[in-house]
Amino acid sequence: MLSYIVRRILVSIPVLFGISIVTFFMIRLVPGDTVTALLGTRYSEEQAIQLKAYYGLDKPLYIQYLIWIGNVLRGDLGRSSFSGDSVMQSIIERLPVTLELTLISVLIASLVGIPLGIWAAYRHNRLPDYMATFVGLLGISIPGFWLGTIFILLFALKLGWAPSSGYISFWENPLQNLHHMWMPGIALGAAVSAVVMRMTRSTMLEVLSEDYMKMARAKGMSPLRLLTRHALKNAMIPIITVLGIQIGYLIGGSVVIEQIFSLPGIGRLALQAITNRDYALMQGTILFVGFCFVVINLIVDILYSILNPKIRY
Amino acid sequence: MKEIWYRFSKNKLAMTGLLFISCFVLIALGAGWIAPFDPYALGTEMLGKPSIHHWLGTDQLGRDILSRIIYGARISLRVGVIAVGVALLIGATMGILAGYFGKWVDAIISRITDVLFSIPDILLALSIMAILGASTTNLMIAIGIVYTPIFARIARSAVLSIKSSLYIEAARSIGVGHIRIMLKHVLPNIMAPLIVQITLSFAFAILAEAALSFLGLGAEPDTPSWGTMLNEGKDWMESAWWIAVFPGLAITIAVLSFNILGDGLRDALDPKSNKH
Repeated sequence: MLSYIVRRILVSIPVLFGISIVTFFMIRLVPGDTVTALLGTRYSEEQAIQLKAYYGLDKPLYIQYLIWIGNVLRGDLGRSSFSGDSVMQSIIERLPVTLELTLISVLIASLVGIPLGIWAAYRHNRLPDYMATFVGLLGISIPGFWLGTIFILLFALKLGWAPSSGYISFWENPLQNLHHMWMPGIALGAAVSAVVMRMTRSTMLEVLSEDYMKMARAKGMSPLRLLTRHALKNAMIPIITVLGIQIGYLIGGSVVIEQIFSLPGIGRLALQAITNRDYALMQGTILFVGFCFVVINLIVDILYSILNPKIRY
Repeated sequence: MKEIWYRFSKNKLAMTGLLFISCFVLIALGAGWIAPFDPYALGTEMLGKPSIHHWLGTDQLGRDILSRIIYGARISLRVGVIAVGVALLIGATMGILAGYFGKWVDAIISRITDVLFSIPDILLALSIMAILGASTTNLMIAIGIVYTPIFARIARSAVLSIKSSLYIEAARSIGVGHIRIMLKHVLPNIMAPLIVQITLSFAFAILAEAALSFLGLGAEPDTPSWGTMLNEGKDWMESAWWIAVFPGLAITIAVLSFNILGDGLRDALDPKSNKH
């Protein structure tokens, strides 16, 4: 087990290295020189000299990369050219919002997607199955940002069930926080619920046709026990994998959802960086998100091996 | 082929998807004849409710929403075709090379796809747009790049599954060149999963175009793109819900049709997956 985990971590290193190269070269592809890219158009001569020295911009490209990656490894992602704030600090400040949003969405996806998938598989080729299949297809087809807009119209503006925008920290006021977060959570989680539902349905169908399931049924096991104790346990691996992959999607989707609901998270920060052409911030957020994605995949894979000891490299 | 069509045509849901997509393509191609108004023409009736004259109402500048949605189909179709084309061309080539040659070619290509996969698609597309600048052409390139790795992965695994087949071995043993083998023997035999992915990617491309335009980093502001319309409409939600609701509905129907078609094609092309 330990050697598997170590090997799995080692495999992630080239990917992390690749992400760092992509983000490093990204801002070098911006038309114009790097100083303008990093400082914007209004900067003093002194600032330019300082920046050139800091990033070693007069040195060869590979040295520039090494200087930059050295800073990154020390947790220094540079400063925003727009606000002058530390990029790392801005990310850390915004992280809880996105984490919470992602967590709520994953929770909704699991609570809705898994039972619905089981139900559809259990009632295969009957009305519940057809309905769930169609709802699943609808779920992956409705744009989250449209759903969010409709939610605001319906629940915030017409019914007044939730505020249309804004954020209150969970630690400050948990109830108010959830009052603000349930709408964006559902808007973001809808598509993931659909994906999880589809995956649960198809793996459960496969598991339900196994011999040991027939055996359990023949022994007179109750359907609930059959589904939860025998079938779901064996169907969990692909479901967890899909959930893991979807977390990456959720971080991407949060860009749009945070924008609609004016939530101060990483997605909105990245969008601000991109619209302001704040390249240091853009570089930092993409690097951070990519890093999170690799780490999440790593955790999913390790979980995977714990759930199914047969899986090894 | 006949058998595949037979299996496909028996799937009513998939056939409905195909019907909707045919309508979508016809609307996109014939927008000039079908649209009742010029999509750019400013009208006197601003924020007009759906009526006999303007079936889906008018927007804040008095433009006819139905006409803009009809023209929007054209933009979505164009973005879909070019973006998926770019992704397919680059991705399938990378995947075939990786699967066919293996070793270091595979290692390099697989790591590139891993890296691209690690950046969420919307964020990657947004960054590419930030570098290239917002325009419909750049939007197509950005979405194309984002969906390249999925084609590479699918092509690679499909190649791996047929690589040691007898007909490939036979072609190699009689001295057929690598390029010819890849084009004549490998490509036709990995088409099934690629066709399914093309359909599903079309759905993704329409969604991505709408999302990026919604964020103001896609099509130019005045363009009748579904995402841009939704973006403009969200500011008028309270007084004129129809501006945002109808384009969203158009996106959902188009994406749903492609997803249904993709599912149907997968079942028809791979009968084994149909057993469930």
